[in-house]
Amino acid sequence: MTTTAAAPAELKARARQIRRHIVEMTHAAQSGHPGGSLSAVEFLTALYFGGVLHYDPEHPDSPERDRFVLSKGHATPVLYATLAEAGYFDTALLDSFRSLGSELQGHVVRGKPPGVEMSGGALGMGLSFSLGMAMGLRLDGNPARVYCLLGDGELDEGQNWEAAMAATHFEVDHLTAIVDRNHFQNDGPGDEIMRIDPVPDKWQAFGWHVENVADGHDVEQVLAALERVQEVRGRPQVIIAETTKGRGVSFMEENPAGWHGKGPSDEQLAQALKELAE
Amino acid sequence: MTTETELRRAATREAYGPALVELARAGHDIVALDADLSASTGSKKLAEEFPDRWFTVGAAEANMVSMAAGFAANGKTVFCSSFAVFLPGHCYDQVRVQLAQQRMNVKLLASHGGISVGEDGASAQALEDLALVTALPGFRVIVPADLEEARKAILHAGENDGPYYIRVGRPKLPVFYDDAYDFQLGKADQLRDGTDVTVIACGLLSYPATRAADALADEGISVRVLNMATIKPLDEAAVLRAAQETGAIVTAEEHNVIGGLGSAVARCLALGAPAPMEQVGMQDRFGESGKWAELLEQFGLTADGVSEAVRRVLVRKG
Repeated sequence: MTTTAAAPAELKARARQIRRHIVEMTHAAQSGHPGGSLSAVEFLTALYFGGVLHYDPEHPDSPERDRFVLSKGHATPVLYATLAEAGYFDTALLDSFRSLGSELQGHVVRGKPPGVEMSGGALGMGLSFSLGMAMGLRLDGNPARVYCLLGDGELDEGQNWEAAMAATHFEVDHLTAIVDRNHFQNDGPGDEIMRIDPVPDKWQAFGWHVENVADGHDVEQVLAALERVQEVRGRPQVIIAETTKGRGVSFMEENPAGWHGKGPSDEQLAQALKELAE
Repeated sequence: MTTETELRRAATREAYGPALVELARAGHDIVALDADLSASTGSKKLAEEFPDRWFTVGAAEANMVSMAAGFAANGKTVFCSSFAVFLPGHCYDQVRVQLAQQRMNVKLLASHGGISVGEDGASAQALEDLALVTALPGFRVIVPADLEEARKAILHAGENDGPYYIRVGRPKLPVFYDDAYDFQLGKADQLRDGTDVTVIACGLLSYPATRAADALADEGISVRVLNMATIKPLDEAAVLRAAQETGAIVTAEEHNVIGGLGSAVARCLALGAPAPMEQVGMQDRFGESGKWAELLEQFGLTADGVSEAVRRVLVRKG
C-alpha cells in the first residue's frame, strides 16, 4: 500500500502531466470528455499522489485498498491518466483510449483496466454503489475508506439524494463524496439547465458533514479538506470544490460548454500542450 | 395421483425468508436488501437470526440495486427484494449497468409478479418484467411453479455466482414438488409425457397445465407438460425435442405474450424446429382490479384456457 505524500511542487507537476495526457488522449480518440476531466485533475492528484488513498498498483484488488469511485463516469481521461501515472499500467496504453479492442473504454468499466472500481457512464449511480461498498467494508471490519467523485450536473439525478439520505441513515463515516462544482453540464451552464444551488445547504440538510473548497485547483486546499474529513465520525462527508471546466487550456476555459464531449484538433492540441508545458 | 384438494397450498413468495436463513446458516456471506416491502416479500425473516445482514433502504429501488452492486464488489452474495413491477421497472438502468454489465453477484427476488397480485390493479401487475430482464446478457431468469421449486431456485441462486432474477407470487398455489425435487438451472421438468402436443408452462400456469393434460387425456388427447421454470437460459433441447416428438406447442405464462416464456420458445422453434404454436398469456394488454382467481379466469390463465389453446393448436397441426 502506497500512501507517500509528494511535495506541493511535485503535485503541481503531476497535475500538469495528467492534463497533458487528457488533451493527448482526447485528441487521439477525436472524442471523449476533456472539459470535465480537466476540472477534476486536482482531486485525483491529491488522492493518488498526496498521501490520501491507500493503494497498490501491483495488487489492484487488494482488500485493504481504499476505493475511488468515478461516478461521473464519462470523465475517464482524468482517471486513466492518473492510474497510468500511479503505475497501474503503461502510459503508452493511453493512446488506445476509445479505440476498438482497447481496455480503455469510453465510459468506465469495472476492472478495465485494473484500478477502475465501477462501471458507469449512466449518471447518478456511483454514490449508491460507494455506499454499498462502504457498508460491505464495515461488515467485514475492514477500515478502508471509499471516495466518490460526482459531477455537479450529475446532482440533477435523484438517485444521488436517495443515497445521501441512506448514507446518513446508516451512519456511514468512511465515505467521502467530492463534488466537482464546475458549473457546466452537457447542455450548457448549470444555472440555465437546472439550478442546483444552494449545494452545501442541500448536503447539510441530508445530514452530511460539508467541506467547501474555494479553489478546487489549489491542490493544497483540496488536500487540507481531505485531511479534515478523516476526523469526522458518525456521518458521511462531502467536499464541494469550485472548479473550472477545461482548466489549464485557455480555449476550453473560454468556451466550457463547447468542450464537454469532443477532442481537440491538431492545432488545438499543439496550443494546449504549449500552455501545459513544464 | 394426488388431487388438487389434497395438496397443501402456499405462495411462492413464502419461500424467500426461510431460504435466506438457510443460506446464511450454511455460511454464505449473505446480505439482503429490501425497499420498504419486507412484510410482503418476507425478507425480514433473515434479520431475526442475522440482524446485521439485513437492510431496508426505504422506498428507493434504484439506490437499493446500486448499493447491492457495491456490497457485491466486496465479495458479498446479495439479495434484493421488492415487487416485480419495481424490480426491474423502477431501477432498470441500475440493473442493466451495475448488475448485468458488471456481472455482479446480486439476486433480484421479485415478488407479487403477474396479474395475480389482484386488487391493486394494472400499476401493480408486472406483465413485462420477464421481457426486461431476459434482454440483459448474463442474467438468469427463473419463474418457480410452487413453494418448493421457489426454495430450490433461491438456494441455487445463493450458491452460484452472477446476477439472477427470480419471480415469485402472491396467491397460494398447490405445492406439488417435495424436497426430493432436483431443481436444475436451464432444465425443463417433465410433469406429464404425451405424444400429440406439448404444453410448456411456468409459474402459476404449470400446475393448471397438468390439470388440462389430465382432462384432455379423457378426450383421447395425449399431452406432454414441461415445467419450464428457467426462462433464461432456456432448455432449448427440451423445446426442440417436444416439437419433433409431439409436433405442436402451447406455452402458458402469467406475462405478456410478447417478451416472456412464449417469445423465448417461439424463437427457439423458429430457429430450430418450426411447429404450430399457441400462447396462453396476457394478449398484449394491461390488467385491472379484481380477485386473483377472477382475473386468471377473465384472461384465460387457467386449465381451461390451456385446454382451449391445445385444441386450437391441434387443428393447425392437422
